[in-house]
Amino acid sequence: MTLEITTARPESALLDLPWSTPLEEWPESYLAALPRGISRHVVRFVKLGPRVLAVKEIKDDIADREYAMLRNLRRLDVPSVEPFGVVHGRTTADGEPLDACLITRHLQFSLPYRALYSQNLRPDTAVRLMDALAVLLVRLHLEGFWWGDVSLSNTLFRRDAGAFAAYLVDAETGELHARLSDGQREHDLDIARVNIAGELMDLAAGGFLEEHADPFEVSASVIERYHTLWDALTGTERFEVGDRWRVDERIRRLNELGFDVDELSMTTDIGGTEIVITPKVVDAGHHSRRLLRLTGLDVGENQARRLLNDLDAYTAATDRQGDDEEIVAHDWLAKIYEPVTRAVPRELTGRLEPAEIFHEVLEHRWYMSERAGHDTPIEDALRDYVATVLPAKPEEKAVLGVDTEEMPVISRFD
Amino acid sequence: MMSMPAHPGRHTLYNGSSGTFLPVKEGNEAMATVTFDNATRQYPGNPIPSVDKLNIEIADGEFLVLVGPSGCGKSTSLRMLAGLEEVNGGRILIGDRDVTNLSPKDRDVAMVFQNYALYPHMTVADNMGFALKIAGVDKAEIRKRVEEAAKILDLTPYLDRKPKALSGGQRQRVAMGRAIVRSPQVFLMDEPLSNLDAKLRVQTRTQIASLQRRLGVTTVYVTHDQVEAMTMGDRVAVLKDGILQQCDSPRRMYDHPANVFVAGFIGSPAMNLMEVPVTDGGVDLHGHTVPVTRENLAGVGKNVTLGVRPEDLELSSDQSGIPVTVDVVEELGADAYIYGSTEQKLLEATGENAGAVPFIARVDGRRPPEKGDKIYLKPKAGHVHVFNAESGLRVGD
Ligand SMILES: Nc1ncnc2c1ncn2[C@@H]1O[C@H](COP(=O)(O)OP(=O)(O)OP(=O)(O)O)[C@@H](O)[C@H]1O
Ligand SMILES: Nc1ncnc2c1ncn2[C@@H]1O[C@H](COP(=O)(O)OP(=O)(O)OP(=O)(O)O)[C@@H](O)[C@H]1O
Ligand SMILES: [Mg+2]
Ligand SMILES: [Mg+2]
Repeated sequence: MTLEITTARPESALLDLPWSTPLEEWPESYLAALPRGISRHVVRFVKLGPRVLAVKEIKDDIADREYAMLRNLRRLDVPSVEPFGVVHGRTTADGEPLDACLITRHLQFSLPYRALYSQNLRPDTAVRLMDALAVLLVRLHLEGFWWGDVSLSNTLFRRDAGAFAAYLVDAETGELHARLSDGQREHDLDIARVNIAGELMDLAAGGFLEEHADPFEVSASVIERYHTLWDALTGTERFEVGDRWRVDERIRRLNELGFDVDELSMTTDIGGTEIVITPKVVDAGHHSRRLLRLTGLDVGENQARRLLNDLDAYTAATDRQGDDEEIVAHDWLAKIYEPVTRAVPRELTGRLEPAEIFHEVLEHRWYMSERAGHDTPIEDALRDYVATVLPAKPEEKAVLGVDTEEMPVISRFD
Repeated sequence: MMSMPAHPGRHTLYNGSSGTFLPVKEGNEAMATVTFDNATRQYPGNPIPSVDKLNIEIADGEFLVLVGPSGCGKSTSLRMLAGLEEVNGGRILIGDRDVTNLSPKDRDVAMVFQNYALYPHMTVADNMGFALKIAGVDKAEIRKRVEEAAKILDLTPYLDRKPKALSGGQRQRVAMGRAIVRSPQVFLMDEPLSNLDAKLRVQTRTQIASLQRRLGVTTVYVTHDQVEAMTMGDRVAVLKDGILQQCDSPRRMYDHPANVFVAGFIGSPAMNLMEVPVTDGGVDLHGHTVPVTRENLAGVGKNVTLGVRPEDLELSSDQSGIPVTVDVVEELGADAYIYGSTEQKLLEATGENAGAVPFIARVDGRRPPEKGDKIYLKPKAGHVHVFNAESGLRVGD
């Protein structure tokens, strides 16, 4: 059989990888030692020119299916890893057939939960991770995606202005429909409840979980947050015709949660005294879309919220509320944002994403100001941050040196 | 179409099952029969039901496999039974209890293998029992059930070790133990083997089937793989487009497919299906008459669909029978498989020319025909399946 590589971006260097060797036996020289979640399949990170790819050895038909599913998810604009290609027709030197490989791009600055927990976590961090996972699940369900294997291992986390943003990494079991039934959503939540509790109990057994964190409570909190968010986004509201302001109020609330309302159904009852509204199409990324339109910056939702707040403050401070929004945004970008992110020494740029650094500098300024009892200029905050805070941070563009275990349950016999 | 009635009071072992039968259930437990009674599910926005008036009665302790092509409604049926999918019409019963409107946790069913990740820092016992912890079962009870399950699975010596110390096969049994400790009335399994490689699949298939028989717990198992269905199930239910095609023992299903769809779906290599003209006293295969009784042929029209399994054919010595041009000969020692094609027009008295139709036959391996040969094949007596060409339904017995 001949080697067959399907990829959206043909890259000849792909051909140089040792496809005729089982992935488990690939020489170190090809590999990047990055942490992974628990998985049944063999997964390795591979250096290819300037980028790092994740390679998963998996049955041929499932590889194709997962590749197509990840492409669909990207098209729907839900946060997931980016599919890069599929390799079929692998054989060893003796002609023994090998499983296919699914290739995705390594998600930069992403952290598997096990790596996060092996650092010293602030107590509320676990809560924030669960929040991020709940948001991800709601977004997937809004698009009609049934995951079938919701777990912390199948999620990657990126820092997002003090919070986290979650990304889907394993779409193997997923199904895409126009709309999910309540039963399908419940099924996913059921799976989430068991998996997350199991993963946290495992961390507890390994001594990585703080004493007072209860795996069951934490996993139950994901479900609770999911329901709260789902109801806020899709629930029906009824009110008196006179209370029309409540329509705007609902939209504002959804914006606040980071969602745009693209379609809202509004009906009056027969007597005409009551209005019933139901959001029909809601779209995540309210703040990040607005920031992208104004500045061209493509960042996380919370980072965008933070940056937009700073832009508002800048607009007020320079007394330009009457000016064209885009022109002010452009000035803010050139005078505030870029000077800060560019001031980071090259050797420290791998520590955090630029937007996250900007967020941290703003935080740092707040602490300095509070300590000093007066406003601190951003230049001073930046200087102090780069000198004292940033160098102490771990490298997160590609976290190194964390030992995570692979736990192949099914795919091999010893 | 037939369905087997529930047999209260015994753990049923239907034909085709293997493995020892060690009743684990205690005598006075409620009968866990499962009944789909005209159960229907139509998704909002979908013009047709995804499960349409499903009727199956599953006996206590039976292993029933739901099988069919992608999208036929297998997972939906399973979720309906689990209480995760709304039922728009009909009812679902477990034992005598109508559970149609009960929540999942009130049904005493367990979805199995949705996750079989093992946790590296936890002991084997904890890996098996953690879902019970979530369900709020007390510690002593968990330990008791874990120990029982470990005994069944030969894992007792490993209970306090970490899964890393186990062999692959043992790890897999830990995953099974996770389901067993829940000791539900009904196990539900949705494609648990779909991402295993071929060898492991066969091994695990056998393990699950024999374990189920030992436990005697009613099980509904979903797969799209008919080989898996036929080797594991006491009975097999074939679904297509949300409609039950047939529910029978593997043997009966193989020997008496109820319609053309089942005939083509069950069996590997697949049954040969061709349209042939009806003659006096039977159907005509290019000069060879296959007898079919007159009453069975009443009202079937000019043509019927004839089905013959590859192993039910013989080489014809005269030039009558099904003419086949041999493309590939696969020699397997005692037998040889012939992959070729037949000209539909040679079989049909009238009607348009459907061109070459693929054809597979098993013949004596000692003197197989050669590639390029033109041969004639006759069905062995009594080994043909006749279907109404219009409706696709089986004609006669
Ligand atoms: N593109 C990627 N970027 C970063 N990390 C990745 C990427 N792809 C995979 N990983 C890491 O590898 C781990 C295993 O990948 P994945 O979940 O796809 O494997 P799996 O064997 O299918 O898992 P499961 O046992 O859940 O089916 C993930 O938990 C994640 O940490
Ligand atoms: N949320 C939904 N909305 C509309 N149609 C749906 C929805 N979920 C499933 N369906 C449809 O219902 C039918 C049955 O789906 P189901 O998942 O039960 O099939 P299946 O036999 O399990 O398929 P597979 O083997 O691919 O898992 C399919 O046609 C599917 O597209
Ligand atoms: Mg995974
Ligand atoms: Mg997977």
